[in-house]
Amino acid sequence: MDWSQIFIDATRSAVGVPAAAFALAAIGLNVHYGYTGLLNFGQVGFMLVGAYGAAITVDQGGSLWLGVLVGVLAAVMLGLLLGLPTLRLRADYLAIVTIATAEILRLTARARSVEPLTNGVFGIQRFAGDFYDLNPINQGLYGWGRLSFSNRQLWVILVGWGLVALMSLLVAGLARSPWGRVLKAIREDEDAARALGKDVVSFKLQSLVLGGVIGSFAGMLLAFDQQSVNPDAYTANVTFFAFLIMILGGAGTSLGPVVGAITFWFTLSFVDSFLRDGIANELFFSRWIDTTDLGAIRFALVGLALMLLMAFRPQGMLGDRDEVRLVDR
Amino acid sequence: MSTVDLSMVDPAIGVPKPDPIVVVDGVVKAFGGLRAVSVDHLEFQRGAITALIGPNGAGKTTLFNQLTGFDRPDRGRWNLDGRELSGRSPARIARLGMVRTFQLTKSLSRMTVLENMKLAAVDQRGERIAFALFPHFWRSEERASERRADDLLDRFKLDHLRDEYAGTLSGGQRKLLEMARALMTEPRVLMLDEPMAGVNPALTQSLLEHVKALRDEGMTIVFVEHDMDVVAEISDWVVCLAQGSVIAEGVSSAVAANDAVIEAYLGVSS
Repeated sequence: MDWSQIFIDATRSAVGVPAAAFALAAIGLNVHYGYTGLLNFGQVGFMLVGAYGAAITVDQGGSLWLGVLVGVLAAVMLGLLLGLPTLRLRADYLAIVTIATAEILRLTARARSVEPLTNGVFGIQRFAGDFYDLNPINQGLYGWGRLSFSNRQLWVILVGWGLVALMSLLVAGLARSPWGRVLKAIREDEDAARALGKDVVSFKLQSLVLGGVIGSFAGMLLAFDQQSVNPDAYTANVTFFAFLIMILGGAGTSLGPVVGAITFWFTLSFVDSFLRDGIANELFFSRWIDTTDLGAIRFALVGLALMLLMAFRPQGMLGDRDEVRLVDR
Repeated sequence: MSTVDLSMVDPAIGVPKPDPIVVVDGVVKAFGGLRAVSVDHLEFQRGAITALIGPNGAGKTTLFNQLTGFDRPDRGRWNLDGRELSGRSPARIARLGMVRTFQLTKSLSRMTVLENMKLAAVDQRGERIAFALFPHFWRSEERASERRADDLLDRFKLDHLRDEYAGTLSGGQRKLLEMARALMTEPRVLMLDEPMAGVNPALTQSLLEHVKALRDEGMTIVFVEHDMDVVAEISDWVVCLAQGSVIAEGVSSAVAANDAVIEAYLGVSS
């Protein structure tokens, strides 16, 4: 068994662009759920409008920066559209509306009628040229032996984790402010916040828009990394992985989503490489399992790990156990 | 000792008060065919403790919810010092100076006692997202509200719990915290929904002392209660509701002797 290769695979995933993108999506969700108590089950919808907003703008001849601006504005609009009718109602309505809207957006992006813009099920490719032209890193390989990245990969990784750092700082700063204190009060009991004169709906709307914009950065990052947007990448699974990552790291903590994303991708890739290596070398299970089954099996194992985590450490990796215990009192 | 004496006011339904701070007119709320609240005219005296009493289901809490904006009446108007409150949101009503507590206390469990208090300060610049990231803009107001919070926590003997999560407090301590938190907003009228419910007798006494002390400093207090002994001890004026309507009002001795009140409470006519 090639342990060094397994660790290298896992480390590559842990520092890779998808890990950074999911960290961003989870940071956004953390604003919604961890700080404000909003159940947004459609975070992938914010990623989709961010990615498509940028891709379509550039594809139609706009500049990179205009594309990013359009992506962000699309997320702001989506936040307002989702929030205005639902945030006056009970929390469950937002959950229902967000999950449905994310699905509607995905189906719309696939639809025939918008093909001139979105190219339907084929998606849009090769729109990130300007983004890679900005790369200041010289041609070459960077890293150590098998754990090396091309200058191109390194550029996306640096931008991705740079965004993660920036957004984490932003959210941490806001969470410590009186503004963040109102969000937490709404999470704990919105009627109490109302009785103290806080405009609950307005704060919820601000939270939904902010977390959604952070989610749109996740979508744009993935799109620029892959030079592609495709409707079928934006399924509800993406939202649930982001939730998983946030809970794994610790909802309502400022570094939880980052630690969660790194841990999640490291573990997922580790399990995958480990099983693949074992089965290929006929060390275990090779009689029953084929390497093509691994995609499903590794998620089953991750699910099991998550169940154990919830049973023994419900506050996540960084959460405060005493604090979590107070919820049901 | 009371700073207001309402013993000379005629104990009649809808009677005008010498110096009313809240005036309620024609508030009606029906659930289906049931008239939950129907109040023609009611005034609350400034600087007095007014008790809202009545048997279960009399509409005390419903009226309370309406006055504070948490529930909308079918019709009716009410104002605070001439400022219209009817039709406004709970948050707006609170900012205009009518601040309530809840029968089932709403302490914000995963926030510390001090955070609970500081949250309640009004007009905080740091609550605006544009300023939130720059403590420079709100550090001084934050310090001021912390000082005020500490004074109130001292007064309610919660200072030793200042940095504990509110969720770890006992039921009685939560009642005290909720009252202290409401005072952080510097209200003009403090509306207490069954402040003594579920509190042990020793703490009830201390709560009553706090309420009286606030009144003596000029605060107007309206509270819902059904224990007549508690009411007799502290209220300057008593309003009795039954089936949604005011059936009697007056000083506590007058209301306690009122036939309609006895009938409503005991279900018999004397």
